Amino acid sequence: MIEIHNIHKSFNGVKVLDGISGVFETGKTNLLLGASGTGKSVLLKCIVGLVKPDIGSVTFDGTYFTNNKLGIKQEIRRKIGMLFQSSALFDSMTVEKNIEFPLKMLGDMEKDERIDRVNTVLKRVGLEGANKKMPSELSGGMKKRVGIARAIAPHCTYLFCDEPNSGLDPLTALKIDELIKEITEEYGITTIIVTHDMNSVIEIGDKIFFLYKGKKLWEGTRDAILDTDVKELNEFIFSNRLMRDAKKIEDEEEETESNR
Amino acid sequence: MLQHFGKYLLFMSSLLFRGESPRILFNRTMDEAILIGINSIFIVAIVSTFIGAVTSVQISYNLDNAFIPRSTIGFMVREMTLLELAPTITSIVLAGKVGSSIAGGLGTMQITEQVDALEVMGINSTSYLVLPKVIAAILVFPMLVILAMFLSIGGGFIAGVLSGEITQQEYISGIRSDFIPYNILFALIKSVVFAFLVSSISSFKGYYTSGGALEVGKASTGAVTNSVIAILIADFVLANLLL
Repeated sequence: MIEIHNIHKSFNGVKVLDGISGVFETGKTNLLLGASGTGKSVLLKCIVGLVKPDIGSVTFDGTYFTNNKLGIKQEIRRKIGMLFQSSALFDSMTVEKNIEFPLKMLGDMEKDERIDRVNTVLKRVGLEGANKKMPSELSGGMKKRVGIARAIAPHCTYLFCDEPNSGLDPLTALKIDELIKEITEEYGITTIIVTHDMNSVIEIGDKIFFLYKGKKLWEGTRDAILDTDVKELNEFIFSNRLMRDAKKIEDEEEETESNR
Repeated sequence: MLQHFGKYLLFMSSLLFRGESPRILFNRTMDEAILIGINSIFIVAIVSTFIGAVTSVQISYNLDNAFIPRSTIGFMVREMTLLELAPTITSIVLAGKVGSSIAGGLGTMQITEQVDALEVMGINSTSYLVLPKVIAAILVFPMLVILAMFLSIGGGFIAGVLSGEITQQEYISGIRSDFIPYNILFALIKSVVFAFLVSSISSFKGYYTSGGALEVGKASTGAVTNSVIAILIADFVLANLLL
């Protein structure tokens, strides 16, 4: 479980995060939802320690992280896996070397064990046999899969995904979402996903935090999100025609049901 | 300016903390030494050979006094090569080739979040990425400078002899006369200082790149410009201090 408390962050006097608190539960996919520029990625970076919050704290399973001793932060960081928006695979390394990298740097596994683990996670993400490919030879979806494989290879406890399905076609995006959801449940890890994709919300969002202009305006489950009365969230959800039509059909069905 | 210098000092101090294991540092340093050293041999060889050749031709052109022995050509090529051309010109060439490559590589890693990926894994990205480059440059620059010394003096010999301006015996006699071994040490000290400046400044410029491809280009250009200026200033300071 990850807890954040009263996170504030400003860049050059511009407030990006304004007192965000919340609890991200273990074994669930927690979504940070919001439009572009609302501070979702900055919040994610504050949680993993890439950006230091001006005020506020982050706690991983009861262990204080922000401003803690370097050794303790390092210990927590070794339990973190992260999938970046751009996948962030190391260009100069093969797929195998990319996934092996955190095992080699942070663990004490022998070479054979490391390769076994690489093959296991590659199989898990559906990329068996891609060991010797270079990142430049992979499609966007494959890069995301390798990114996920690298994140989970060291048996991470916390998985962070920054817009995992951005730039992907709807089908591949759905597959990536499902993969993250399956891994979260299978390994019992705490997953936080930054997204602005309503498909992800509907498909995999166990708990959703809606950010608007640096503030958390709403949190709840995916079942509750369609019935919210928060104006900004409604504007966000129903900004596309598909969602409006779906809502209209649902309302009509409810009306028909009540008339009976 | 002062703020940038302070940031540079903090950046350099970050190389020394949370370092990787000696084995990883050694392997990374060897990889970087190959990238910086082996891949630069060709350009260093071409530049130094021709600079030696041109120096020889131009000195002989200016030596029209019959009372000055022709062996002076060899002497002057040697002195200019050891004191200035080999360490400084080689380092300037390497600032262009290696400096832009370091800044471009780190800049690209920064904007594609590869540096963030290292940090999230709990790896000190500066120590992992930059320290091996600095150590490798410090090891490899003096070797390239020694190579440049030989080739530059050899280039001067070939150009002088082939153009008929000087005989083989005169040139060899010139390069052997009044030899001061300290000049070699001076050149090597300069090359170590220049190596540190080029690798650290280029790494600094690349590491703090933000934005996109345009900024990576700017970082590379800035790395070369700043490295060259730093080399020239250090050259002047070292000449005053050590000669």
